[in-house]
Amino acid sequence: MRLPGAGQIDRGRVIKFQWDDKWMSGFGGDTLASALMANGVRLVGRSFKYHRPRGVWGAGSEEPNALVGIGKGAAHVPNTRATQVELYDGLYAVSQNRWPSLRWDMMEVNDLAAPFLGAGFYYKTFMWPRRFWEKLYEPAIRRAAGLGRLSGRHNPDAYEKAFASCDVLIVGAGPAGLTAALIAARAGADVILADEDTQPGGALLASDEEIDGAPAREWVADMLGKLQDTGCVRFMSRTTVTGAYDGGTFGALERVGLHLADPPEHLPRECFWRIAAKRAILCSGASERPIAFQDNDRPGIMSASALVAYARRWQVSPGKRVALFGCNDGIYQAAHALRDAGLDLVAVIDPRPDAPEHAALPQIGGGSVTGTRGRYGLRQIEVTQNGQARWIDCDALGVSGGWNPNIQIACHLDAAPVWNADLQAFISPDGAVPGLRAAGAAAGSFSTAQAISSAMHMTRETLADLGRPVPDTTLPKAADKTYRVSPLFEVPVTRRAWLDLQNDVTTKDVKLAARENLRSVEHMKRYTTQGMAPDQGRSSNVLALAILADATGRSVPETGTTRFRPPFTPVSIAAIGAGAQGQGFAPRRQTPSHADAASRRAPMLEPGLWLRPAYYPRPGDRSWREACDREVGFVRKAVGLCDVSTLGKIAVRGPDAGAFLDLVYAGRMSRLKPGRVRYGLMLREDGMVMDDGTCACLAPDEYLVTTTTAAAGQVFQHLEFVHQALRPNMRVRFTSVTDQWAQFAIAGPRASEALEAIWEEPKIARELPFLGTVPVPVQGRDARLYRISFSGELGYEIAVPASVGPLVYARLAEKIEALGGGIYGMEALNVLRIEKGFVTHSEIDGRVTPGDLGLAALVKKDADFIGATALKRPGLQDPMRPRLVGLRPEDGSSELLAGAHLFEQGAEPVRKNSQGHISSACVSPTLGVPLALGFLRDGAARIGAKVNMVDHLRAKTVRCCVTEPCAFDPDGGRMRG
Amino acid sequence: MRIPCPLCGDRDLREFNYLGDSTYLDRPELGDSDGYDAYLHLRANPAGPTRELWFHNGGCGAWLEVERNTVTHEITGARLVADTAEHA
Repeated sequence: MRLPGAGQIDRGRVIKFQWDDKWMSGFGGDTLASALMANGVRLVGRSFKYHRPRGVWGAGSEEPNALVGIGKGAAHVPNTRATQVELYDGLYAVSQNRWPSLRWDMMEVNDLAAPFLGAGFYYKTFMWPRRFWEKLYEPAIRRAAGLGRLSGRHNPDAYEKAFASCDVLIVGAGPAGLTAALIAARAGADVILADEDTQPGGALLASDEEIDGAPAREWVADMLGKLQDTGCVRFMSRTTVTGAYDGGTFGALERVGLHLADPPEHLPRECFWRIAAKRAILCSGASERPIAFQDNDRPGIMSASALVAYARRWQVSPGKRVALFGCNDGIYQAAHALRDAGLDLVAVIDPRPDAPEHAALPQIGGGSVTGTRGRYGLRQIEVTQNGQARWIDCDALGVSGGWNPNIQIACHLDAAPVWNADLQAFISPDGAVPGLRAAGAAAGSFSTAQAISSAMHMTRETLADLGRPVPDTTLPKAADKTYRVSPLFEVPVTRRAWLDLQNDVTTKDVKLAARENLRSVEHMKRYTTQGMAPDQGRSSNVLALAILADATGRSVPETGTTRFRPPFTPVSIAAIGAGAQGQGFAPRRQTPSHADAASRRAPMLEPGLWLRPAYYPRPGDRSWREACDREVGFVRKAVGLCDVSTLGKIAVRGPDAGAFLDLVYAGRMSRLKPGRVRYGLMLREDGMVMDDGTCACLAPDEYLVTTTTAAAGQVFQHLEFVHQALRPNMRVRFTSVTDQWAQFAIAGPRASEALEAIWEEPKIARELPFLGTVPVPVQGRDARLYRISFSGELGYEIAVPASVGPLVYARLAEKIEALGGGIYGMEALNVLRIEKGFVTHSEIDGRVTPGDLGLAALVKKDADFIGATALKRPGLQDPMRPRLVGLRPEDGSSELLAGAHLFEQGAEPVRKNSQGHISSACVSPTLGVPLALGFLRDGAARIGAKVNMVDHLRAKTVRCCVTEPCAFDPDGGRMRG
Repeated sequence: MRIPCPLCGDRDLREFNYLGDSTYLDRPELGDSDGYDAYLHLRANPAGPTRELWFHNGGCGAWLEVERNTVTHEITGARLVADTAEHA
């Protein structure tokens, strides 16, 4: 129901919204929770396990009950707290966890079965037969229990992530936070003030207190003006600080566009902030906790402060007749507030024997609530006083078991909260998050005057840390009622009293855990699921601990508490991962010939971040193999063109470049003459091959090193490490030039003719010896020609500045096609190199030595280089190690499969009998036979022998002949020319 | 987490690549097989201050020796390995 009076809503602005497909209206400034209350809706959801009818408990992010789904279709967001959903025109909200409707929920039968569904019932009940668990029990249980459901579709909404830094981060803009911000800002500190509400003020927003003789809300407005005047405070509303992380980093979730009916397209729904703060002050206030009494979960039973907040701020109430039940003096302020709001106050129940006299109020001193009635909402409460029980009609009951400081953020780095007996609550230990101090209610200073004074003190200490002068400040005059609480966690029950409203945990469940010897708070938590719901037990945990303590005969501090972990409130993955969907997940690197490959509809492979064409299909091709075979034919019979720009290219320059390369290569590079190229292996320090590639000497102190496509970054980092960490005195520098050069391989018997397409002097190419390099002009630019071959044919690679790459590529392609050749992709490249026994990272898999690759001759004998000593380990020199061999099927036709293992004929094909494995396989169109490369124990001595290839996954066994790795043109005559 | 790069100032963790313990700075002599055994494989696993190697890949390209406390994750300093490495 809506109450008369102004509050902080805009009655001039009527907002239409839908609740469970029914149109309702509210006012500007309403939340979904307050608007539902105004429309007489008390039942807002069903509980997780028993499907009990539930109403709103709180008025902010602590809300455990009012979880609703917002929006339709793909953008539907489940499990949103109605207390934080701001009303906008056309808002579409639905209740959750009910079928077919909120009022008629079939799964309410769970509640009838509740005696059998206590803590741990899954573990006890669904034991047998075991195989039923995954197929039957678990899916059935998950359907019956649970909260909202995701749409299961791609969410098209925009989310964002952002970074910020400041001197002082202040969490919460209540009286403490505003005070801290002003002092820090006046000291010249760069301040971020974040608050999860729509406006600053915190508890003052629902208070009639006065500060310095003016209404508290005027003081808040005045403070905000002063903060703006300082010019160094960034106030972030609708922003929940969700976690404290290492090094003064805080996570924060800002609700940017969630409250707008028609947000501009550029606006994200939410933004996840990472804030690096030199210091932080936690002014996050406190949350009111419940009391466990019989049937305390009916709609209409809520926190006393929330009941007041709804009446004052939003001018709504769940009903006309209200009662209060609490064990601290705060309920008397609440009582006056509710009466002032025009509600019928029917009872103020204070269980304390020494309850202060309040003659003007319907006070029931020393009494307790011992029962409630009302199926879909509270109708009556049973009050027991001096052993006499009576029923009182009421529609709403405000409960206050005391206050818990919101210390979560201060304990996120694994600190154990400390029990404070005066407050009957946990507070955070000092220094648990370096640089963070708690102030105000978050530190247990509950009155406004105390909160302001504590914030002032903590801000001064913070400024002293930062070496900033502390400005003169005077304490404003504010209310300073002492907070007096007597511990009352539980009123004895005969039926059920609820603790965790989200997870349906009752006092009985906690006692059952204790009886079954799950006495540790961590065990109790997992057994009962207490505090494991989205609200992380914010309202209920202290009660559960107190009841566990009582049941195990210990004090609360002896029992201890579970630790807090981020996030403080749920954070959508879409916000944390903003920008990382689709293309944002990883950047895409395209070769200079990408447009050409795309126009030829070449399917792409993804080595690292690169896209490279797999093959170039033509109309009429029956399979990729046909295209691949054709492209191999271009190279073997005429000439082929392939974009190899993706290979890593590192310029190594300096007087000590040669000596340095001798250290990082197993081979000797310093003896290369300018204009010469050599193939080499780089090892890791443990003697295994890290990468292979060519090293070209361009000038006496200038080399160009190539790496494999995927290892470019690793090799660059390695070179820098060896230089900076091991040989800092060497005069050598490295520059990654991968992206600066477009590089194309031109291979085949007619390769030198093809080069005529790009320059006039064909002589240069014809005279360039194998493994030579020469600078050449192309398109008026400095380019470089290498005579190297990864195909075994006469081969060149031409490197041109990337900007002229597409043009040069197009000219070459045209010429090559005119010569009867064509472009080839990765598949053909792979076949060509397997025919030649050349290795790639299929072979260089991090477990092979140069000897394993049959390349021991490339290793220097008596000089130091990275990996030299480790390579001499006896185990790495063992001739029985698997060595690279070639394989072909004995029948000449059975396909060989990469990943298959090799066995002696007759040996059982089990792991311990494995003689090695196949690393690469293809069908050679040149030789007309399937070929493979693999590693075979003592392979060098077994050339000519027979082994069985066994592929257990694809159930295939093929008898193979062992050959030398190189199957085509073993003398290399074609390549050397 | 941030690392104070001596060349670039305080920079976000994501700009750096981790290698391992700063033992890697003390490369043994050629042929010292026991030395290499320790260099490659033997590591303490201390709870407390450690020195470790980070590469400022997304920044200046410097290799840093970073002091970090494995218990608190606090980073107490960073210097260029080129300044501290034993010159061979």
